[in-house]
Amino acid sequence: MSSVPASPASAAHPAGLRPYREPGPIVIEIEHVTKLYKMGEEIVHALRGVSLTVRRNEYLAIMGPSGSGKSTMMNMLGCLDTPTAGKYHFTGKDVSEMSDDELADIRNREIGFVFQTFNLLPRSSSLQNVELPLVYAGLSPSARREKAIQTLQNVGLGERMSHKPNELSGGQRQRVAIARALVNNPSIILADEPTGNLDSKTGEEIMQLLEVLYEQGNTIIVVTHEEDIARHARRIVRLRDGLIESDVRQY
Amino acid sequence: MLRLLNEFVESFRIAFTQIRANKMRSALTALGVIIGIVAVTLMGTAIRGIDTGLENSLAMLGEDVLYVQKWPWGGVEDWWNYANRPPIRPEDAEKVNRIIASTPNSLLTVAVGVVGRGLAVKFEDNKVSNVFAVGTTSDYARISSVDYSEGRFFNETESQAGRSVVILGFDVAQALFPNSSPLDQVVLIGGHPFKVIGVFVKQGEFLGLFSFDNQMVLPLGAFRKYFGARRDGQLRVKVTDKLKLAEAKEELIGAMRRVRGQTPGERDNFTVNEQQAFKAQLDPLRKGIAMAGLFITGLSLFVGAIGIMNITFVSVKERTKEIGTRKALGARRRSILLQFLIEAVSICLIGGAVGMLVAYLMFAGIQHEAPNFPVRFSPDLVAISMLVSVVTGVISGFAPAWGASRLDPVVALRYE
Repeated sequence: MSSVPASPASAAHPAGLRPYREPGPIVIEIEHVTKLYKMGEEIVHALRGVSLTVRRNEYLAIMGPSGSGKSTMMNMLGCLDTPTAGKYHFTGKDVSEMSDDELADIRNREIGFVFQTFNLLPRSSSLQNVELPLVYAGLSPSARREKAIQTLQNVGLGERMSHKPNELSGGQRQRVAIARALVNNPSIILADEPTGNLDSKTGEEIMQLLEVLYEQGNTIIVVTHEEDIARHARRIVRLRDGLIESDVRQY
Repeated sequence: MLRLLNEFVESFRIAFTQIRANKMRSALTALGVIIGIVAVTLMGTAIRGIDTGLENSLAMLGEDVLYVQKWPWGGVEDWWNYANRPPIRPEDAEKVNRIIASTPNSLLTVAVGVVGRGLAVKFEDNKVSNVFAVGTTSDYARISSVDYSEGRFFNETESQAGRSVVILGFDVAQALFPNSSPLDQVVLIGGHPFKVIGVFVKQGEFLGLFSFDNQMVLPLGAFRKYFGARRDGQLRVKVTDKLKLAEAKEELIGAMRRVRGQTPGERDNFTVNEQQAFKAQLDPLRKGIAMAGLFITGLSLFVGAIGIMNITFVSVKERTKEIGTRKALGARRRSILLQFLIEAVSICLIGGAVGMLVAYLMFAGIQHEAPNFPVRFSPDLVAISMLVSVVTGVISGFAPAWGASRLDPVVALRYE
């Protein structure tokens, strides 16, 4: 990964003239996926047969009002949950039949999570937080350290490595979380309302960081209900009542 | 393999971060383990002390010595069958020795007659009452393995002539001659003068009942002359090979029957006692004490374990979201299980270490106050205690850690 330019090129472009990278091979392929929940006696159809294909180096926003199946979609894409019916292939591998431990390995190696509430470990430094996925990947302490330092520098936090989360601003915390998502070179970055707990200015900074990461060749999926956030993506998928309402590319 | 090792190290790091973050809580939880470990350690050591004391006492009887007596050791219920037995006469040792000498390949070495009673002994103004006086022959020195701190045992001439000489037990010598050597001094035993020719080394007490240091040994002839001739005594017989004790005992019984003129079919009118039989009598008692003691102190460790389990449940509950995050980042079930198990084990290890320290200080105190008390702090005790700590941690931490490892990441991430 090359270093981050001080001001992302995209910031200078008005919508529609932004840099666009040709999508690569298929990363995610979902076919007719349904998901049912039992809520007491009632059965909730969170997803009612959704099909979606995501290619490498796409920048995708998944939108929808609450109850649209957005969260379920996110859990499914993040391999935190498996579908009730239908097929989910991740880089060609069938996820729907995987065991808990296989799913854990996929999450570790292929998916970088960015949460609305950052989910950093409160008593660990930025560096230790970023190292965490590498611990579960089985890297040696020195290799972990080296990769984590580099990744933190790439998100502009080279000076904050030994700080604990409560010594960082909200924006800095989310940058640590993004570094943690990036550190294992995942196939996709899955961000769930990444700006939901930030003020709009800081939120915009985070979105610009994601833009840079996209331009560097990462595949990004943002789950959000905010139009302003979704507008950064190159493709917007809208969900309603467990079905895909629209799937629009925007340049 | 490397991955597992890294996770292990990481888990310990997390555990100690958690313990430091929750100092009070961890300390209180560890206290339960500390008390448990101290109790178990003290009890274990006390039991070992009792065993050692018992072994030492029994060793005083001699592993290779048979005792011919009127009464069996350990007591009997049908006492009337024993009360009318004729007394064991110490001069029968001569006859037994003659039989031994005429038996080819005898398993017995030598028999020696012994009588005894409590007597007062006096030197100038110092007086010790109720010292156990033993009357015996010079062969006694061949049976007893006791050393002399000064002087010697009486020789055959002195023995046969029944000279008025005496060997004092350590405590008796100390009491009569606090500042000087008792050798060649004349003491009064029951009012009769005896010359001190030797002092035994300190031997200690037999089961805390009888002190070998509070006795004195004099020639049989002198004993009978002054202190009564027709007393019930005993014969002590040394065997050639302590591994053939049972056969030697059979031989001795045969010899005694001849000496006592018993006809075939008649029941033995004496008993041959041995150290092993005594031990066999004591063993169930000893085991009973050990079991009860360890059970009672084990309960305190059990209470400590419940504390650990409780605190691990709390820890899992309040870190549910963290568990969700870790799972999202790729932690397997095993990793989560390991993390919480190690947290529980760490608290136990800390508790165990502090417990050992407390126990060590208590032992040091006991040793200082009562040097004779047979408690000893040993390295294997440390190893066992640490092992117990780890096992306690694993057992009590397992249920909550297992629960944590099975959490659904979606649910755990949503937990607030």
